Amino acid sequence: MILELISIILGGMTIGSALMVILSKHPIRSVLYLVITFFFISGHFILMNAQFIAIVNIIVYAGAIMVLFLFVLMLLNLNKVDEKKTNHPISFTAVIAGGALLLVILAALKDGITFTNTIVKSDVGLVENLGTLLFSKYVVPFEISSILFISAMVGAVLLAKREKQHID
Amino acid sequence: MPAALSITQGLTVDYYVILSSILFSIGAIGLMTRKNMIVMLMCIELMLNSVNLLLVAFSSYFNQGDAQIFVFFIVVVAAAEATVGLSILILAYRNKRNIDADLFNNLKG
Repeated sequence: MILELISIILGGMTIGSALMVILSKHPIRSVLYLVITFFFISGHFILMNAQFIAIVNIIVYAGAIMVLFLFVLMLLNLNKVDEKKTNHPISFTAVIAGGALLLVILAALKDGITFTNTIVKSDVGLVENLGTLLFSKYVVPFEISSILFISAMVGAVLLAKREKQHID
Repeated sequence: MPAALSITQGLTVDYYVILSSILFSIGAIGLMTRKNMIVMLMCIELMLNSVNLLLVAFSSYFNQGDAQIFVFFIVVVAAAEATVGLSILILAYRNKRNIDADLFNNLKG
């Protein structure tokens, strides 16, 4: 009873802060609202007893990726360059298209949505169970992801390295 | 049609299907509406996270841990994608001194 009430309130706050991400004019405010959205989504993960994913979401997403966004935003120093207004017809069409996307997804799923598929509290999201699964069944993809990180790091350094002669 | 979101049922997976569809659509609308390339990247992150929410909900529903491992890998791929995307963005800023997506129209016919 209290759990469902918490989840509904948390869901409303998640949707509100996600809307503020795309509605706020200043990009730094968008980043901060996105961090708040990620914290709310981690709250949903904790409600579903997925503790490992909740902590990973906070540390990696809200802690690392969003701080990277914030640093790039401060590095570019866009405060003086104001974002040009999206012209009205394109914005209107985008909202219509997104609403149609939501409508299609929900219409495709409407027979399955009965609000009776209750999530029972499971221990599958605890660190011990996920660690056993990660290092037995999924150990090869886990090792391959380190290669992905190495290549992403090399690519980022290579791309952002300042050239000797200035490109203009 | 049952009473929408009846509070006595318990935590249902249907609620999370609707919630993550709404979050995904908000991310798609933001991707199409905004011109700032950093905000567009952030909308992609929002869409990825809504998919993560759906995967975790179904993982708890079916009592299988595999989907949560996939969420972990999605977080890994999102981190790599954000790194490369932001470095491309810095490169674009060096060329045009702006990150408005409309200014990069060299391929326009």
